[in-house]
Order: sequence, then structure tokens, then C-alpha cells
Amino acid sequence: MPVITSENGSPKSWTVRTYGQRLLTWLGWLSLVALTVVCWRVMTEGTIWAFVYDAPRQAADIFGRMIPPRWAYADKLWLPLWDTINIATLGTALAIVMATPLAFLAARNTTPSPTFIRPIALLIIVSSRSINALIWGLLLVAVLGPGVLAGIIAIAFRSIGFIGKLLYEAIEEIDQRQVEAITATGASGPQVMAYGIVPQVLPAFATICVFRWDINIRESTVLGLVGAGGLGLALESSLNTLAWPQVTLILLMILVTVVISEWITARVRRAII
Amino acid sequence: MTMDANASTMAEPAPRRWQQPKLIEATWLRWAITVAVLLYLALALGSIDANWTRVIEGIGRAGQLFAGFLTPDFLSRWGDIQVGIIESLTMTVTSTVAGVLLSVPIGLGAARNIAPLWLYALCRAIIAISRTFQEVIIAIFFVAMFGFGPFAGFLTLSFATIGFLAKLLADEIEEIDPAQVEAVRATGAGFWQVIDYAVSTQVMPRLIGLTLYRVDINFRESAVIGIVGAGGIGATLNTALDRYEFDSAAAILMLIIVIVMSMEYMSSFFRKWIQ
Repeated sequence: MPVITSENGSPKSWTVRTYGQRLLTWLGWLSLVALTVVCWRVMTEGTIWAFVYDAPRQAADIFGRMIPPRWAYADKLWLPLWDTINIATLGTALAIVMATPLAFLAARNTTPSPTFIRPIALLIIVSSRSINALIWGLLLVAVLGPGVLAGIIAIAFRSIGFIGKLLYEAIEEIDQRQVEAITATGASGPQVMAYGIVPQVLPAFATICVFRWDINIRESTVLGLVGAGGLGLALESSLNTLAWPQVTLILLMILVTVVISEWITARVRRAII
Repeated sequence: MTMDANASTMAEPAPRRWQQPKLIEATWLRWAITVAVLLYLALALGSIDANWTRVIEGIGRAGQLFAGFLTPDFLSRWGDIQVGIIESLTMTVTSTVAGVLLSVPIGLGAARNIAPLWLYALCRAIIAISRTFQEVIIAIFFVAMFGFGPFAGFLTLSFATIGFLAKLLADEIEEIDPAQVEAVRATGAGFWQVIDYAVSTQVMPRLIGLTLYRVDINFRESAVIGIVGAGGIGATLNTALDRYEFDSAAAILMLIIVIVMSMEYMSSFFRKWIQ
């Protein structure tokens, strides 16, 4: 905060913070630097620096092998691409089906029991959000076996937390007077839901779903690395056989897919808002 | 007047029922979208060739996994778990610090209202590259270049932090109140003084908030990039699952969830304290 300090009779000069505040900020920065240095030391204990110094040569080598891309390989990529899009879309759809009731159970103003059901719903949302789609993929491939199905469920499990959290926050922010007005007409519980709450959260709901779909397209491109189908599977096999020209082509394909999905998302969001 | 109005309403054939306005107004578009969605669902569901016998076998394994969550085994792989967690945490700290140090200049350069066009284009290009590819893909390349271990993970997360932090910082700088910049500049302040007194004061709370949020994301990602060999708890988890040691895997997942939750709690506490 702006204060005026005076130094033994000399003209007053303006500083942003007081002496104590400055000391505290300085100590804060010092401890942050110390923490970083300690972490750096611990982290690089096992690092083989010869490999690090060698990196520019390795990088030049890899990029040299990557170009030109093997265009003929594209024929084998259309099916994985279709799988990738399916994993993202069906996964998002499955997540929407599961997350919507969960959000209503988690929102403070619609939950049937704030002391019992709400904490459980919140716990499900938090656990789903804490675990990345790839880790869900690892788990589900171990359980269900490799394939598109594991990918769909992995995407769905990760998205439940995301959609559930944003949706229950949207439900908690609704205008309560509209709900009251509908209740005052003598509407039953489901009618209040359908005419008082749902219309208020529908635009937010649509935006959240499209937003998550866009993220899921990105995530489903790499899910194959753990065996859950799609373009990542082709990437994994190309990497394992050191077929760098194929890797380039796959990365280009991922890039194009992501750009297109971003474009679609932007169009849909503009249409909704 | 009123008589006329009454007469005209009387003349109407039947009272219309009120209908809720639809999300998509044009009827044809609504139908077209419905048909397209159904067609797509049929095609997509038809193309999943799940091995159902394998899936049914898997249900037993899902039970084991669930049982693992009820009886997590922290002890038999504790050495590996400890190394993984320490690698993940140190990677998170160093990569966030390095990422922020790199993001601030790039973010300044990517704000159109303070940077010249050539610098703007360059910085936006860096951000776009970093944002396009998943951390895992970047990690694959860094592992191939720098060898296995947390150093590659550190580089990956630092690079990914740039895409996130520099972009949001630049967007924030582009939206600052120009009046304050004008006022400071009118006192005869130089470029860096304008940045220090007019720009940084406006974006600092947001920058700190975003950094704390990114600490969170970096920890979560550090659990993932281990799968491709970039160090951290992900490698331990991957090994545990490869060995079908579901109780150890459950213990690791529970640790990840607990750490993520406590980090989220701490960062929301810090953000409240700062604002």
C-alpha cells in the first residue's frame, strides 16, 4: 500500500510498501529461491550430464530423420483417426450422462441431503479430476484389456469431474427468484427442475460440454500410448520401431485434428452465447 | 380499444399452449442435428470392436482393483514410491519456477499493446507450439534427446508452463486499463518504469493466482509423463500396473489424490490471502 516515509528530516519520499512489508516480501522470495535450489539439487542427483550435453546432436539427428514425413503411411491412419474421434466423442457423451445427475446432487441448492449425499458427490468429482486421462487409461487397459472401449471409459471417467464441477458451480449460481416464482405457481419438484433450473444452466451446460470435448480430442490422441486405441497406438508402434518419418506424419495429423476441433468448438460456442 | 382487443382474441380459433423456448431455434436445424447425432452414434458404436470375453474377465480384475483401494499396500514398494513422489515434487517446483521465469518475458512480448509486431508474432508462435501438443508427446521428444529421468520431465513441464502461463498473462496484459499506463507514461517514466508501476501492479494478482494453479497442474502432469520415461511417480505407477500389483497401484493413486487435494486447498488459501 502507498505510504510516505521520511528519512531523518530529509524531504518525504513515496514508496510502494513499508519497511516491514518489504522485508517480508524479500524473505518470501529468499525462501522460494532456497526451495528451488534444494529441489534442483535433489532432482538432478541422478542425471547423467553427458546425455544432456549430447542433446543438441541428438535433436539434430532426430529431426533429420523425421523429415520428410512418410505420406504413404496416411492410408493406415484413417481408422485410428476415426477411433480417436470416437473415443473423445463417446467418452464425452458417457461423461455427460453420468456427470449431470452428479452435479445436481453436488450443488448446494439442489442436493437432496447436504450433510450426507453432497460430500460423496464432491468426493467422486475430486477423485475423477485428480487422476489424468492417461492414468485412467493405464488402469482401464489393465482391467478391460487394450482397445477403444478402455479409451472411451478413461475419457469418460476423467471428464465426469470436470463437467460435474463446472456444472454444479453453474447450478449454484442460478437466480433463485426464478425458482421461487415457479414454485409459487404450485409446480412439483420435477417441474421446478425443468422450468426453473434447467433453462438457466442450459447455455453453461452446452458450453462446458463442447469445451470438454475439445480437451478430450487432444487427450484421446495420446491415450493409445498406454494401449487405449486411436492415433496414440500408431504413434507408440512407430516410436518403438524408430520410424521417425511416420511419427512426423502422425504428429501432423494430430495437429490438424486439434485445429479443426478448436475451430468447431469456437463456432459452436459463438452460436450458443 | 379494449373491446377490439377482446374481439380479436375471441376470434382466434383456439388458445395456444405456451412452449419452452428451445436451445436451437430453427426447427430444421434441430432435426438435422438430431438425425446426424443418431447416425454418428450408430456408426461409432458399431465400430467399437471390444473383446467382450476379455471385458468380462476384466470385471474380476476391476474387483481386485477396487479391493486394492480398500487395502492399499504402501509398504512393499515404499522405496520406489518414495523416490517417485520426491521426483514428482521436485520436478513440480523447479519446472514451475523455470516456467514462470520464461513465461513473464514471453507473455510481455505476446501482448499486442506493449510489444512491436515482430516480437508479438514470435512470442505468439512459441506459445502456439507449446499449447498444441500434449505434455506426453513433448516428453517423448525430450526423453529421446536428454535421456531418461526427471531432467527430461523438468524440461517438458517448463515448456508446457510457457504455453499456459504466457498466453493467459499476455491476454491479461492486453486487457489492462490503458489510462493507468498513460498516466505513468505522462510522468516521463521509461519503458521498464511503465511496466513496473502501471502494468505489473495490474496483472500481479492474476499472475500469482495462475502460477499457483499451474503448480497444481504440473504435479498432476508429472504423474503422467513418467509413463514415457520422464521420471516421477507415473513411472512407479506404470510398473505397479504392469506387474498387476493393484494394491500398490491403489496406494500410489491415493497418494496422488491426497497431494493434489492438499495442493488445491493450499493454493486456494494462498490466493485468498493475497487478494
